Amino acid sequence: MADSRASGRALEFRDPRRGRELTALLGRLCADIGRAPISVMHVCGSHEQAIARFGLRASFPRALDVIMGPGCPVCVTDLPEVDEAVALALSGVRIMTYGDMLRVPGTAKSLADARAEGAHVDVVYSVAQAVEAARRSNEEIVFFASGFETTAVATAAALLAGTPSNFSVLSAHKYIPPVMEIVAEMPQTRVEGFLAAGHAAAITGSEVFERFVERHGIPVVVAGFEPLDILAGLACLLELIRDRRATVVNAYPRCVTREGNRKAQEALWRVFRSIGGRWRGIAHVPNGNLRLRDEWAHLDARRRFKIDLAGLWSYAPPQSAAQCICGDIMAGIAAPTDCPLFGTKCLPDKPVGACMVSSEGSCRIWQEYGGRPDLGA
Amino acid sequence: MCLGVPGKVIEIDGMVATVDFFGVRRPVLLDIVDEPVVAGDYVLNHVGYAIRKIPASEVEATLALYEELLREAEREDLMAADVRSEIAAGERKKDG
Repeated sequence: MADSRASGRALEFRDPRRGRELTALLGRLCADIGRAPISVMHVCGSHEQAIARFGLRASFPRALDVIMGPGCPVCVTDLPEVDEAVALALSGVRIMTYGDMLRVPGTAKSLADARAEGAHVDVVYSVAQAVEAARRSNEEIVFFASGFETTAVATAAALLAGTPSNFSVLSAHKYIPPVMEIVAEMPQTRVEGFLAAGHAAAITGSEVFERFVERHGIPVVVAGFEPLDILAGLACLLELIRDRRATVVNAYPRCVTREGNRKAQEALWRVFRSIGGRWRGIAHVPNGNLRLRDEWAHLDARRRFKIDLAGLWSYAPPQSAAQCICGDIMAGIAAPTDCPLFGTKCLPDKPVGACMVSSEGSCRIWQEYGGRPDLGA
Repeated sequence: MCLGVPGKVIEIDGMVATVDFFGVRRPVLLDIVDEPVVAGDYVLNHVGYAIRKIPASEVEATLALYEELLREAEREDLMAADVRSEIAAGERKKDG
């Protein structure tokens, strides 16, 4: 049915016939490549949401395995990073953070647990709301900052715009390009191509992937979030795999340029530097963590407060946590359905692992929308 | 979190734009957008900041996904909830 408000342009992205053509093309490309599985990875929770929500996996050729990699910033926040926020909250400092961070388990406790014990933990949607809260108050407010470069840019902008003296930042921000290198080198993963997240690339530009492609000989396609954007991105990626062309293709030019948003990049690197650190369940990722530069030490909660983690580490982690395979899931080695806890002991309202907490975690997404369709033997 | 949400700029006061997101008006900060923005432009917003001006020719194609999500999604839908969070990022608490 034609929607009178929709223009021809909008219909281009909604056209079921184009969808069928693209899935047929995916099938032909897989047949050309002639082996299975052909594993490609995306690194974005929003891509997984769109794939699961619109049931795209049911239309993928059987040979094509589209895996979600470490694309959920909340999920890769390491236990000690959560512990730092919990310890600060329990010491009487007010913590403000994005909603998904509340229930992410730390070694012994989550921020939600700390709040239940009387600590002050508030959810904000933007760092700007935390800065404003600090302006209206005399108490120490720490913004527990999570998210990839797209979100770190907002934290950087807030600091550059000026903050009151009772405001500081506990950065758990992560930087995606280095972890792609780690995953590309994991022998079990066998990723043959990456689908890069459109809106992160709106900041970094597609050129950030050029060195990666040179080094690893694996193609990268930047894709948007419409179902047809994703299908078109995958078709482009399969063509590159078939033709053994390791290159970067921007399949989302309506939002992404080669050079990206230079002003945002400048803000990002004026405030943050990248250092090595652990990503939960994955590995130590060289240059994978974004931390405040020395010039911003006075706003760094890690330097402003003495954070004592010892009290939290005397607890043994709960038994079930030992069975959690979030790390393997985020590395693309296992699917949520391979986990013995998935959908039974680990559920959205009582999560064991971080992947079940965040709206961008693969376990949460598969739990809400269903994961890999059962197409029979 | 990396989805962002597009909205139409209604007016601009310094570095703060009032942006209409599918009928809801919210302030959005312009600190990091790298092109001049004027009333009538569409911008892509993430956690309360405009991260990109959307070219006029691309506006309708960019809005399609969000319109469908917000129109059809049930209350519990994960993706629609993320879009609503992005819109709420523009909310500024009143005093008290």
